[in-house]
Amino acid sequence: MSTLEVRPILSTLRRNKFGALLIAAQIAITLGFLANALSIVQFRSSWSSRPTGIDEANIFSIRSDAVSHPPDMASRVSADLASLRGLPGVVDAFADYSYPLAGGGWGSSVHLKPDQETQTTSTAMYFADEHALNTLGVRLIAGRNFRADEITDRRESDSPQTSVLIVTKALADKAFPAGNALGQNLYIESGDHPERIVGIVERLQSFAAASTGPFGETAELSTLLPYRPIDERSDYLVRVQPGRLASVMQAAEQKLFALDNDRILRTRSMAQVRAIAYRGDHGLVILLTSISVALLLVTGFGIVGLTSYWVAQRRRQIGIRRALGASRGDIVRYFQTENLLIAAAGVIGGIAFAIALNLWMVRSFEMLRMDSRWPIGGAIVMLILGQLAVLWPALRAASVPPALATRSA
Amino acid sequence: MYRYYFSLALRSLRRNAVLSALMIAAIGVGIGASMTALTVFRAMSGDPIPAKSRQLFTPQIQIRGPNHPDSESEDGLPTAVSYSDAMAWMRARAATRQTATYATWLSVRPPDPKQKPLKTVVRVAYHDFFSMFTVPFKFGAPWTQADDDNRAAVVVLTRGVNDQLFGGVNSVGKTLRLDNETYTVVGVLNDWLPIPRFYDLQMVPFGESDRLLIPFTRAIDREMAVDGSTSCYDESGASFADMLKSNCIWLQFWVELPTPADVAKYRLYLGNYAAEQQRSGRFAWLPRTQLRDVREWLAYRHVVPNEVSLLLLLSFGFLMVCLLNAAGLLLAKLMSRAGDIGVRRALGAPRSAIFAQCLIETATIGLAGGVLGLTLTGLGLLAARSLLDADFVALTHLDWADVGIALGLAVAATLLAGLYPTWRAARVQPAWQLKAS
Repeated sequence: MSTLEVRPILSTLRRNKFGALLIAAQIAITLGFLANALSIVQFRSSWSSRPTGIDEANIFSIRSDAVSHPPDMASRVSADLASLRGLPGVVDAFADYSYPLAGGGWGSSVHLKPDQETQTTSTAMYFADEHALNTLGVRLIAGRNFRADEITDRRESDSPQTSVLIVTKALADKAFPAGNALGQNLYIESGDHPERIVGIVERLQSFAAASTGPFGETAELSTLLPYRPIDERSDYLVRVQPGRLASVMQAAEQKLFALDNDRILRTRSMAQVRAIAYRGDHGLVILLTSISVALLLVTGFGIVGLTSYWVAQRRRQIGIRRALGASRGDIVRYFQTENLLIAAAGVIGGIAFAIALNLWMVRSFEMLRMDSRWPIGGAIVMLILGQLAVLWPALRAASVPPALATRSA
Repeated sequence: MYRYYFSLALRSLRRNAVLSALMIAAIGVGIGASMTALTVFRAMSGDPIPAKSRQLFTPQIQIRGPNHPDSESEDGLPTAVSYSDAMAWMRARAATRQTATYATWLSVRPPDPKQKPLKTVVRVAYHDFFSMFTVPFKFGAPWTQADDDNRAAVVVLTRGVNDQLFGGVNSVGKTLRLDNETYTVVGVLNDWLPIPRFYDLQMVPFGESDRLLIPFTRAIDREMAVDGSTSCYDESGASFADMLKSNCIWLQFWVELPTPADVAKYRLYLGNYAAEQQRSGRFAWLPRTQLRDVREWLAYRHVVPNEVSLLLLLSFGFLMVCLLNAAGLLLAKLMSRAGDIGVRRALGAPRSAIFAQCLIETATIGLAGGVLGLTLTGLGLLAARSLLDADFVALTHLDWADVGIALGLAVAATLLAGLYPTWRAARVQPAWQLKAS
């Protein structure tokens, strides 16, 4: 039955070219933008949920900034750390200048040989004492942790003095693709003083992981150096027992102020740090999702409106068909098939438009190539949307009484 | 007559309430989305200093060898300068005005002991900074050449900081504890926030950040570290004094060159400077130099994030869909009145009259959609401000130009969408319609 109907539908459409064209164009453009928007939404969502490698749920940071220039920062940092570690509910703590997703920090080039012309790669640098791995909750997959006797105090302006390093697996694999990184030497910071890799951790994101370009290949290139920072500004990282984050965050601030009131503290849980780091991505996801939903609604209602008009225009013809024996179902199917034909044309154009738009965006916005499931999924959504939108006008058409045909013109 | 058409239009809107509402909603949503994106985009890509953007220039010099191009810029030139180059350019005074500048991060002890100490971003510059960038003063004046020469402990406050620390009164002559030293307030700025903050793109370019300003020479004397990036190639972990001697790049440098002749002269100066540095053995290569004005610099540094351009693109696509939609609905609406039109034509109305009447009806719909769109734009900006980085969408607000653009765009776009339906309506054959009814 429905195959037989295609021909009369086509000849009707030929007489309503403009309306049909409008619907098809709307579907095509909607599909083009929808597929790309959803592809970006999916990418940004997965991008902003990449793990840092640390026990985020139970870690917070306190940045302490001295107001005046107190003497003997080393003993102050020691005192701060000792009282933080002594707080009830605290698992461990250490001092650093930065942490994953913090945004800013120290970076360095990585060389394999002392007089190398171009760098092998770059890395984020973290200061770490023997408590760092336990505080961060990162997994050591090879080698060992720093020993207490390897840790030295270091001001930002001091020269590097270490001879041992812990690196991430990503950095180890990048510098030594053969997989034999443990025990090898790297040249970080200084070009003539080698540092030996004594440990490899599974994963530890860089402080700049949220903004490492569209491919994110540098996100996990991080190095731990056996230093304790003793500048007037340092970030204490504190890991707590599960469920005690909020209470310990408060207690820690009070404790540090009790030790020295003349400082400025800024306390952030890792959840807050993540939200800040990916705020733009999160906002984009919400905006694109809203625009996509609005697009679908507008297109859907557009189809409802135009089909309603067609139904109103053809009431007499529908009455005649009904009088000649067509069932209500036949009338509904007629409009559904008509919409399917228009939507199919729109979808074909839309897939082509989606791909073209994506290629252009890849070129001009450093965007990733779109996965083919987005235009295909979008096409299915558009076909379903068309069918849903046409249902109400089609049912209205089906309710046209056959008697209408008998009334005089 | 047009008044009559307008009242006809309103009546017709009421008669086809659902269709009309759909159309107005579609246009409103489309205008709302695209105006939101356009407003953000205009704010971010605007000229931060229109009166002088063609007279302010920033020089660049290829301080690292041809084998080590800067990966962040398309021509491989570094986007900051070293202390030694900046000082040589300051001494040369080859431009009408010049300043080296950077941002640092200092502790401030409020004069009111009840207020907690705070850390804030401090702009470090020469006194020319204020006149070069036409920085408006509310109280006092910039510090002087003598203050620069004497590394004076003087400070200029932004209006916000003056409100916060001194309750908004004229604080010139009062003192402030900065980084544990006493500074004398010489001036308080009026509202001043160039968007984007072109003179130092190492910092987040949008939103407020510089809160205090102190002399460059003072900051160097007190070894105040840069709050931003320092990029060193060979040197690292060195003391502040070593860093000043090194080729580490961390400073911004701006010159004011009022005439094309001055610009040509300065280019020549830079070229000579580079050649002389090579001759003296500092570089094994002849360093390339470059001089860009404010607009060129903003384009070169890609200050408008891709996300914003992307949203602009998507929202205009969205507007297009809304307009296609409106065109379809208009066709339905106008053609459903073919009977009326037929009667009017039969009674002697010329085609042009029908055309005008339909156009006015279309424009009315466009206007209503525009008003709805403006409301939605306001909401959209609120949403964008809370969703995207606050710094991102800093201080974007609707002005009268935006209102004009929105309403104009709505009416123009709706008329465009309504052109074919209107033309069709005007071609209605009176005889057919009369026969059909």
